[in-house]
Amino acid sequence: MTTVSMTVNGKAVSEDVEDRTLLVHYIRDHLRLTGTHVGCDTSQCGACVVHVDGRAVKSCTMLAAQAEGADIKTIEGLADGDTLHPVQAAFKEHHGLQCGFCTPGMIMCAVDMIRRIPNLDEKTIREELEGNLCRCTGYQNIVKAIKAASEEMRA
Amino acid sequence: MYALKYHRAKSLDEAKQLISQSEDPKIVAGGQTLIPTLKQRLASPSDLIDIANLPDFAGISVSGDTVSVKAGTKHFEVATSADVQGKIPALAHLAGLIGDPHVRHMGTIGGSLANNDPSADYPAAVLGLNATVHTTERQIGADDFFQGMFETALEENEIITSVDFPAAEKAAYMKFPNPASRYAMVGVFVAKTSGGVRVAVTGAGACVFRVPEMEQALAANFAPDAVASIKVPADDLNSDIHGSAEYRAHLVTVMAKRAVAAAIA
Repeated sequence: MTTVSMTVNGKAVSEDVEDRTLLVHYIRDHLRLTGTHVGCDTSQCGACVVHVDGRAVKSCTMLAAQAEGADIKTIEGLADGDTLHPVQAAFKEHHGLQCGFCTPGMIMCAVDMIRRIPNLDEKTIREELEGNLCRCTGYQNIVKAIKAASEEMRA
Repeated sequence: MYALKYHRAKSLDEAKQLISQSEDPKIVAGGQTLIPTLKQRLASPSDLIDIANLPDFAGISVSGDTVSVKAGTKHFEVATSADVQGKIPALAHLAGLIGDPHVRHMGTIGGSLANNDPSADYPAAVLGLNATVHTTERQIGADDFFQGMFETALEENEIITSVDFPAAEKAAYMKFPNPASRYAMVGVFVAKTSGGVRVAVTGAGACVFRVPEMEQALAANFAPDAVASIKVPADDLNSDIHGSAEYRAHLVTVMAKRAVAAAIA
């Protein structure tokens, strides 16, 4: 067992976990933050994307112990009370989801790319989405939502 | 995930000590290849020694015409570094093609090179630019470093600390990514330096390799046409559900032409 301590959505957490515990399982099973999803479990689909120290990473592809001391943000940490984050609002407005399974990862990925890249164009958004799979939407409305959120957040 | 022991090393010395004390240790840095490998039980080390948080283990510096990248530097840092973009734009471009943004935020150059996946991108840059790999024990030239499929010159207790890339007069990397995995089906790194021309191919064979016939042709005439009729034999190339050895052999010539065209553009 290892004691892991980190900050998750602004709250300090600390717990004994088995060394083999993946970050995504720590977040879902120990902290009960089930918005972060396990899709493929093979590092391909991006449903598990969270922010570690401000950067989007796949939480199924790191151990909780590797995140010791880190500042973690999950999909639950985005909204401000009842007010959706602009990216969440844009996904709702532009129908950027159907079944919704990939959506937490898509949104965490989108927030990360909007932070890094000013003036996102459609081609760049599609390239940046390479690590996130959606089996419903065909990506059209996801791309639209991210572009709209990006423009709104820059305005 | 199977049961294992995790250790976070605070220094290189401690990492080496933990390695020597463990039954079947494996070093983890970014873990973007290793963690999936463990989850699939393709490897099952008893102990993971995490070196990602060692002090002074990440960063990029330029000295004259050499770009030095410390082993713990993430792909994202190399791809977006103004120093790398300025001195060796082909290297920044290559780093930006690895995996996806999330993988690039975690994966490290040292981890990629130590793993030496036959389809990884970094080996092509290291061999193509004739870089020097620095370890806790010694320096290893690119031609001696890569030894076979997932095999390098590294000894059991040896850790990569940095990689020195000499700037090239002209260089480019062209990759035909597997449409699903984004690993290189074939990637060709072409570099024209004061020491001559080097052509390094990843993805096609068991290990990154040079193509001397292309290097000679390009030394005489650094133009896409110079390599257009040079074919590598398909005999020892990779063949899988994604492409036959013949297909990969053909791609080597196509990607080499495109890389030269990009290098002189």
